[in-house]
This record gives sequence, structure tokens and C-alpha cells, in this order.
Amino acid sequence: MMAWLAEMGGFALDRLVRLGRANLFLLRLLGALRFLFQRPGLLIKQLYMVGVLSLPIILVSGLFVGMVLGLQGYANLVDFGATASLGTVVALSLIRELGPVLTALLYAGRAGSALTAEIGLMKATEQLASMQMMAVDPFQRVLAPRFLAGCIAVPILTGIFTAVGILGGYVVSVIQLGVDGGAFWAQMQAKVQLFADVGNGVLIKSAVFGLLANWVALFEGYEALPTSEGVSRATTRTVVTTSLAVLGWDFLLTALMFGDW
Amino acid sequence: MRQKNLELMVGVFIALGLAAFLLLALKVSDLTSIGNDQGYRITARFENVGGLKVRAPVTLGGVRIGRVISIDLDRQSYEAVATLSIDPRYDRLPADSGASILTSGLLGEQYVSLEPGGMDSYLKNGSVIKLTQSALVLEKLIGRMLTSAASGDAPRK
Repeated sequence: MMAWLAEMGGFALDRLVRLGRANLFLLRLLGALRFLFQRPGLLIKQLYMVGVLSLPIILVSGLFVGMVLGLQGYANLVDFGATASLGTVVALSLIRELGPVLTALLYAGRAGSALTAEIGLMKATEQLASMQMMAVDPFQRVLAPRFLAGCIAVPILTGIFTAVGILGGYVVSVIQLGVDGGAFWAQMQAKVQLFADVGNGVLIKSAVFGLLANWVALFEGYEALPTSEGVSRATTRTVVTTSLAVLGWDFLLTALMFGDW
Repeated sequence: MRQKNLELMVGVFIALGLAAFLLLALKVSDLTSIGNDQGYRITARFENVGGLKVRAPVTLGGVRIGRVISIDLDRQSYEAVATLSIDPRYDRLPADSGASILTSGLLGEQYVSLEPGGMDSYLKNGSVIKLTQSALVLEKLIGRMLTSAASGDAPRK
């Protein structure tokens, strides 16, 4: 019994220590961002790596999610003769929830895991240590550009995902299922609010998720055990932790933004 | 050359992102109707506005000519006062026009419908619509039906 309690306590303390280290890591990272004014080229390269190269998966997923929403929404709404609201249904679900959340999850799988593996391998092959030997701060040179690029890329990817999703919904419902196109856009414009929906959903949520995803990915990479097994476990943990953190924070943000209390 | 190519791709990426946000702002949400509210204001007093919401459309003959910008309660008469903003293009609405609150479809949202009158003078900024018809409240309707059924005078076959 005592051993069991002690194990539980040890586990909790372990988690707390890790959380503390993650916060210190974030502070150091934010402090190192200033360096990017001197070397903006590093940022461009990372934006290409995490942003441009994530475009194909974001475009295709957004299109298909929007098309599925159109099909499912139509199947449900047609019973009530309310298919004109299909535009509202598709746009609101994408803008408020699916756009930010799915983009963050896809980003964690596509770019977050790559970031962790890259940093972890740099650590395992002692590249980070050798940088320090040459008086180059790896936080400034390696971590800060990746962090900022990720935080810029996620909101942009979310915007693209949402816009493509709505176009996908339009293709299915108006062109294929014959919903009135005028009603589709008009009802959408009547119900979707710029600041309350697009601002809260696409901008604020995706900014929070972007910060979470990149923070977790870089921290896991930086803290990875310098072995091949350690790197592989860190990569897995990045995807799992990011997914859970994004879903948990999504609930909190939704409760605050749309919960009406 | 490699660096230039990279910058080009990132530029395209950011431009795509901006285009997406522009689409969301202009085409999907209500930005077009914020800010260019230069319509003239008229008020209508209703006994009951039901589920009418601010920003609900104002229509005439099914065509949207404006929107509801505020709903308030008159503290003396206990009437609901809805302020409507009407597009200045439609500045020749007869002064004795009537307003009623209707529902689009069975479960749709409520809107204000204007019926043109026959007077030669026109509604202008600050005019009050006197002829109004309140929203149909479903519960009251059912209640009335039940009491008439209970009193036994409902025609039966």
C-alpha cells in the first residue's frame, strides 16, 4: 500500500518537474526570439519546411472534410426542409472547431514529429553540444527560428484549411446536391460573425494551438534521450501530447468563447 | 538561387494564407455589412417581438432592404421598440407602411417584414411605424387552441 502511494507521488512529482522544465524551456525560447531580427533567413527556411511543405496534406484534408460535412449536413437537414442552412452548418463547424483542431492535429503529425526527430537527432549526434562549444547558442540558432516559423505557419494553415473546406462544402452541396447557391452563401453570411466566429475560432484558437504544438515538439526533441530509441519515443510522445493538449485546450477555449457564461 | 526559390515559395504560402483570411472575412462572414451602415433609422413598436434578434433582416416583398439594429423595451408603455436601419436606396417607403414579425420557414429565424401603405409622404430618419403586428408565439397559439377545445365548443364531426 505504502509503496503504491509512494509510486503515485513519485509519478506526480515527476510530471510537475517536467512541466516546470517545459516552462523554463519556453521562457528561454521566447528570450532567444530577438536573435531572429539579425538572421531572418533562418526563419524563411523553417517557414518553408513547416509551412509550405505542409500545404498538400492541409489542402487535401480540408477539401475532403468540407465535402463530408456537406454530404452529412445535407442528409440530416433534408428531412426538415432546411437545406438552405447547409452553408451555415458547414462554415460554422469548420470555423469554430474543425478548422483549428484538425489543422493542429495534422500539423503535429506532419511537422511536429519531424521537428522532434530533427532536434532529438541533433542532440544524439552532439551537434547541439558542439554548437555550444563554438559559442553559438542553439536556442538562438536552431530552436527559435523553428518555433517562430511554426507559430506563424499554424494560423495560416488553419485559414487555408477552413477556406478550402468551405469551398469543398460548396462543391458538394450546391453543384452536386442542388442546394440553392444564393441561399448557401446568404445564410452563411447572415450567421457567421467576423470577430465572434472567425476571430475567435480561426485566429485565436489556431494561435494557441500553434504555440502548443511547436512548444511540445521542440521540448520533446530537446529533452529526448540521446539514443535512437529515445528519439523514437520522443517523436511518439510529441504526437500524443500535442493531440491531447490541443483537444483539452479546445474544450477550454470553446467554453470560454461560445459557452455563454 | 536556392535561397531566392525558397523565399518565393514562402511568399506564395503567406499570400495563400492572406487570400484564405480575405475569403473568410468577405465571403463567409458579415464584414460587408459592418461599417457601411449608412441607412436611415426608423422605429417600430411591437407588443411582443418573440425571438427577433438584433441583425435580423428587414424585408419588403421578400427583398432585404435593411436590418434590425437594436431591440429595447419602452419603460412607460412596456412595448418592445425595434430600431431598423433601412438602406438609403429604398427611401420612398410610404409613411403608413406596416411592419410585422414573421418566421422564415417552420423553424427558421424571425425577421421584420414591411407592407407598403398608400400615403404620398415617405418614411424618413426617425419615423415611427404605427401599424405593427407582433410575432406569433407558438405557445400562446397552442394555449388558445387547448382552451377552446376544453370549453367544448370546438366543432366536432
